[in-house]
Amino acid sequence: MGITPNPYKTTGFLGWIDDRFPLTKLWKDHLAEYYAPKNFNFWYFFGSLALLVLVNQLLTGIWLVMHYKPDATQAWDSVEYIMRDVPWGDTLRYLHSTGASAFFIVVYLHMYRGILYGSHRKPRELIWLFGCLIFLCLMAEAFCGYVLPWGNMSYWGAKVIINLFGTIPFVGPDLVVWIQGDYVPSDATLNRLFSLHVIALPFVLVGLVVAHIIALHEVGSNNPDGIEIKKHKDPKTGIPLDGIPFHPYYTVKDIVGVSVFLIIFLGIVFLAPDGGGYFLEQPNFTPANPLSTPPHITPAWYFGSFYAMLRATPSFAGTQIWGVIVMFGAVILLFLMPWLDRSPVKSIRYKGPIFKIALAIFTVSFVLLNYYGMQPPSPMGKLISQVGTILYYLFFLLMPFYTKMEKTKPVPERVTHEAH
Amino acid sequence: MSNQGVDPGRRRFLTLTTTVVGGAGIVAAAVPFLASWKPSERAKALGAPVEVDISNIEPGQRLVVAWRGKPTWVLKRTPEMLASLPKVDPNLLDPECKQDQQPDYIKGEARAIKPEILVLVGVCTHLGCSPGFRPDHPAPDIDPNWQGGFYCPCHGSKFDLSGRVYKGVPAPLNLVVPPYHFDGDTKVVIGEDPKGAA
Repeated sequence: MGITPNPYKTTGFLGWIDDRFPLTKLWKDHLAEYYAPKNFNFWYFFGSLALLVLVNQLLTGIWLVMHYKPDATQAWDSVEYIMRDVPWGDTLRYLHSTGASAFFIVVYLHMYRGILYGSHRKPRELIWLFGCLIFLCLMAEAFCGYVLPWGNMSYWGAKVIINLFGTIPFVGPDLVVWIQGDYVPSDATLNRLFSLHVIALPFVLVGLVVAHIIALHEVGSNNPDGIEIKKHKDPKTGIPLDGIPFHPYYTVKDIVGVSVFLIIFLGIVFLAPDGGGYFLEQPNFTPANPLSTPPHITPAWYFGSFYAMLRATPSFAGTQIWGVIVMFGAVILLFLMPWLDRSPVKSIRYKGPIFKIALAIFTVSFVLLNYYGMQPPSPMGKLISQVGTILYYLFFLLMPFYTKMEKTKPVPERVTHEAH
Repeated sequence: MSNQGVDPGRRRFLTLTTTVVGGAGIVAAAVPFLASWKPSERAKALGAPVEVDISNIEPGQRLVVAWRGKPTWVLKRTPEMLASLPKVDPNLLDPECKQDQQPDYIKGEARAIKPEILVLVGVCTHLGCSPGFRPDHPAPDIDPNWQGGFYCPCHGSKFDLSGRVYKGVPAPLNLVVPPYHFDGDTKVVIGEDPKGAA
């Protein structure tokens, strides 16, 4: 079986293109005739919003590179030059720096939606895995970008993160020197992180996003009821009875989400671009100083939870690799979600109280971890972080048991939806 | 296509050899990419020893110099500071300095060639922050039994006035004593062992 050129038999100029490139087919497959469940709620805004923020990051990033200099002696000054002298430079930079935080807010909510409605469950495991890879890639991208202004927080943040690799037995110290290209973070380090930030990682990120969407459109979207709309199709047309074309229905609905998002996002960009010190940290308003660590090192807010786990784990047997393992393990557990969840139903709407309580504990733990990850070290914070880390892990590790033993409610045949 | 005259054994051999040769080619091609991340010749040259004049350091004062780009401390310890060292022994992870965090020619709790002059690499053995100098005591914000030492602001690791790490903190090892030697009475050369030692 081969590809049939121009299956929709278009004519004229469009026909000329369709004979040579599947333009109409792509449009119909992914927008006009992609049937999405009609019962999406506000949680379904965050996928398209993530795409919007990605476009914002790419556009503002390309423009920032036109003025930025990836050189340890010039990087800091070139960022100040962008802020003070380049026309609209401050706006471009704030769009980019606030965009980074917005990216994580939107992606965290998007992932949480997946957990709520079982979007990681069969047959959507690969969508979820691509999504987890996007999250990992985003973390690497955010870290590299954080270093580029070469402020004092950039410098010491880079040092701490790169030194995580130094905890690996035997090869660790050599690995750190290899990553840095020097014995300490230096010009060589800045230059390579710049390359990764503007070339390598964006390529991978965009590729993964495309794979994520192709996989989604292959199996179809999940919905708040967690049931498959493809089970009930119109016998004549083969279109799911509970499906509506993505365009115009959801493109128009997403415009509402985009409007609300832009009001909040641009409000921050124009009125409070440093986000009270959380989106742009104060110590990063002084240039990198390799001889002086800022008195209070915190990661960017979106890494708070994982950082709290790192800090909460004590060293043991002469190495601190355990903290690094616990921190990366927390991300790896997300990858395993599709196989850890054994519930007969997908959506939280039809799950019993145990899952709801487990999810509530997980949510509180994650928020508390994030809070204490950004506070100075304290015995109280350490204890809460330790308990939070254990609860975070238990949510995943006990999932095969509590989801399987729990009595669930009967799932409806068709999606629950009231016409407006 | 006809299968006449096809020798499957020969095909398998050709596929295998092509894969092996191609694989070796890919590995060889990866070498320049991976090796280019190693420190350049210029970066290596900057790792030379540094000379520090210690004649002007007051007792109790700490000097910070850069050696291989790392903050490196020279602390002139007072007799009280030296006397505080045995007091904290029970709170330390490795009070006898058994872990290999100092050159072989440096032994004991003072961790120095001349006890009053302490030379340390000021990089926390946890994740590489530079701990702050906190000779003041008592300091209840750090530790109820604080006798003076170094406190890492990043993750709360504590070290005594010899750079020995406290128990129950994230850092697993004492601070590193770099190789150094004295050149006369007023100069320390950091980055080079004493003659005849190493």
